[in-house]
Amino acid sequence: MTRPPFAQVLLAGAALLSLSMSASGLELAEENTLTIGLSSEATAVDPHFHTLTPNNQIAAMIFDALVNQDETQQLIPGLATEWKPVDDLTWEFKLREGVKFHDGTDFTADDVLCSFERAPNVPNSPASFALYVGNKKVTKVDDHTVHFSTPEPYPLMANDVSNIAIVSDETGCNATTEEFNSGKATTGTGPWKFVEFIPGDRIVLDANKDYWDGAPAFDKLVLKPIKSGPSRVAALLAGDVDMINDVPTTDIQRLEGDDNVTLAQGSSNRVIYLHLDQFREDSPHITAKDGSKIKNPLLDLKVRQAISKAISREAIRDRVMEGQSILAGQLLPKGFFGVSENLKPVEYDPEGAKALLAEAGLPDGFKVLMHGPNDRYINDARILEAVAQMLNRVGIEASVETMPRSVYFTRASQGGPGETPEFSLILVGWGAGSGEASSPLRSLIHSDGPANRGRYSNPEVDAVINEAMAAVDDDKRQELLAKATEMAINDGAIIPIHYQVNTWGLKKGLSYEPRTDEYTLGQSVTRDAD
Amino acid sequence: MTVTIIRRLMQSLLVVVAMSLIVFVGVSSIGDPTYMFVSPDATHEEIARVKETFGFNRPIWERYVYFVEGALSGDLGKSYMFNQSAMHLILQRLPATLELAFAALFLAVFLGIPLGLYSGLKPDSPFSKLIMTGSIVGFSLPTFWVGIMLILIFAVMLGWLPSTGRGDTVEVLGIRVSFLTWDGLRHLILPAFNLALLKISLVIRLTRAGVREAVHMDYIKFARAKGLAPSRIVGVHLLKNILIPVVTVLGLEFGSLIAFSVVTETIFAWPGMGKLLIESIQTLDRPVIVAYLMLIVFLFVIINLIVDLIYAMLDPRVRLAGRRR
Repeated sequence: MTRPPFAQVLLAGAALLSLSMSASGLELAEENTLTIGLSSEATAVDPHFHTLTPNNQIAAMIFDALVNQDETQQLIPGLATEWKPVDDLTWEFKLREGVKFHDGTDFTADDVLCSFERAPNVPNSPASFALYVGNKKVTKVDDHTVHFSTPEPYPLMANDVSNIAIVSDETGCNATTEEFNSGKATTGTGPWKFVEFIPGDRIVLDANKDYWDGAPAFDKLVLKPIKSGPSRVAALLAGDVDMINDVPTTDIQRLEGDDNVTLAQGSSNRVIYLHLDQFREDSPHITAKDGSKIKNPLLDLKVRQAISKAISREAIRDRVMEGQSILAGQLLPKGFFGVSENLKPVEYDPEGAKALLAEAGLPDGFKVLMHGPNDRYINDARILEAVAQMLNRVGIEASVETMPRSVYFTRASQGGPGETPEFSLILVGWGAGSGEASSPLRSLIHSDGPANRGRYSNPEVDAVINEAMAAVDDDKRQELLAKATEMAINDGAIIPIHYQVNTWGLKKGLSYEPRTDEYTLGQSVTRDAD
Repeated sequence: MTVTIIRRLMQSLLVVVAMSLIVFVGVSSIGDPTYMFVSPDATHEEIARVKETFGFNRPIWERYVYFVEGALSGDLGKSYMFNQSAMHLILQRLPATLELAFAALFLAVFLGIPLGLYSGLKPDSPFSKLIMTGSIVGFSLPTFWVGIMLILIFAVMLGWLPSTGRGDTVEVLGIRVSFLTWDGLRHLILPAFNLALLKISLVIRLTRAGVREAVHMDYIKFARAKGLAPSRIVGVHLLKNILIPVVTVLGLEFGSLIAFSVVTETIFAWPGMGKLLIESIQTLDRPVIVAYLMLIVFLFVIINLIVDLIYAMLDPRVRLAGRRR
């Protein structure tokens, strides 16, 4: 028996290898494809199935809403060219003419009507869009005019409307979620056309060359879920993807020094804050230092202020966040609608904190077990540990327990007896989906707020929030929201720590306009002029 | 033989039933997933609607009965997050995981056995020492670290291989496979090697130990004395005898290759079942976790059965013992 010499086989293999490698390299260069590595994956491409960032971000690529949100979440015309209240209860939206769906059919008022009919009623939705549709009634005036009416004056009409993707009344409105995933019903008006969705592996989209707002800079878009942070960075460095989102803070410095990579960074709409138990005389995780029961000290404004003063927000930014955060003094960063001009981040003042504690009758401090998630926000567990150390420095004996978000949020919301919040002092984050201050005010501060996990309740603040929510006039609402924010923050409703900074990594030569809502949108990636 | 198989099957059924109870209760006791699902600004009505829709407000026994009823008719429940049958989701990703596991098994066998043989036959050569040292490294380094190092070296620094993901696929008998395309094969190499590393080391050690023991046996000496070619002695007489423990271990390890490729799949963003499982755990998508664990129980039962059968083929005495009973 004669065998081919080993070396020969090797050589032949190597030759074959180099041949096909060069061939595939050429192919990629010609195709003008943009490949993005994303940290999380959409659960469906049905734009009305699940209101979740990765899903909404896909929807924003394939579909349009009547009103779109720009990169700072300002409302800009989408499929509607203008909108205005016609009376206290009714808003009129003028629809854009000449827009076509990907299958060539015309966009008209009927598509709007049936999209708002479908959005709140998708079966088995884990997080329904009913939230944004609410009790709005949609009526068609003519083919390019619709009226939205509510039983009470409703100023956030356009914000809500910007969350509902418009699907086609011919293919999309009666379709099931499966038919969207397979592409059968995935016909939008957006900048990208659906090609394929392989769960866990990739979503492929083609450019819509006839997009009303200008065609995207690339012919093809491939979205790959790469959950692990180091792997995502490696994929960018290896050139397998052209762009990644959620660059881990530990890698930012390294990427800044890399000649083949550029970073896009911007403030997010997400505030990281402490929520404090303000509804129980006997708070479960707070005791005196000797372990005996004491009256919940967090009920005292002075103690809340002391905690705020004890936290060095600069140190957290510089040490824990590697410089990647913006110190927070309220619910949303500067530039958003309804923020206060007067609130500043509280200065680090350990002596002041001790003095306040003494004034509150607790010169020796107390003992508290703090809780927080360890896989939800950027460096969440480490922030909480830093806060605990700082509290220890002013005499509050703080220890920390962190847990996965799958366990944490349920316990934080309803883990205690009678479905009350279980914890005493917690770290949470809040991203204002609507891009204005009423979102955190209504959810975190208002007595009825569904995410008010400290059960802070102040009738005066509630009244101002309610008044704001009925003020259709923008200037008046802005003023009221700022007022409510000031009242709540000065009353220690929550203790803001910082706003997150979002970081995207791109191949040299590409640019991305950082978005406050953390979305990664293919149409916003551009090539730098040579 | 038939009796043995039937008896084994009965035992397996018991295991499956017991596991279903343990898994279901265990997964359900993690807590109510409502707050994982709903949008953070969800109203109280929305929260109530989600609890009602998915039955989170029902007592656990009621949900278990419902689950068993479904399971008996072949339906292991519907994923909360994807609104698709949990089994469908898992089976959709099974080919990718199987491909990875088989590739790793292939590497374990075709690297592990020859290297083990060599170091067993020539224990004193420097190359053997190198192999043995290498196998210790393979044993002791954590998979996630090796994975990241492989990516750094071969994808980022050298640029020879792609860093993550699965390559181009072609359909064979309705199943998407990637090892038949060049791009797919390139994507497969690093994760398969990462997954196989521990198994390669294991096979090397097992083979070497077997060889060291067998070379001194009388039948090998006799074969030598008869003047048989060394290739025949090693290839037929030696190999056949040392393979039994190797096959047993590989069979069991193959199950764990499929079931616990989680780490490798996560690091290499390989779209397999492991990645689905870890994501389902993070989002508390209970039906997927339960269906996955049930499938794995089932898989282990089957693999053990197959190992027994291969055993019987390699060693006639096993078959005889079965008949005698």
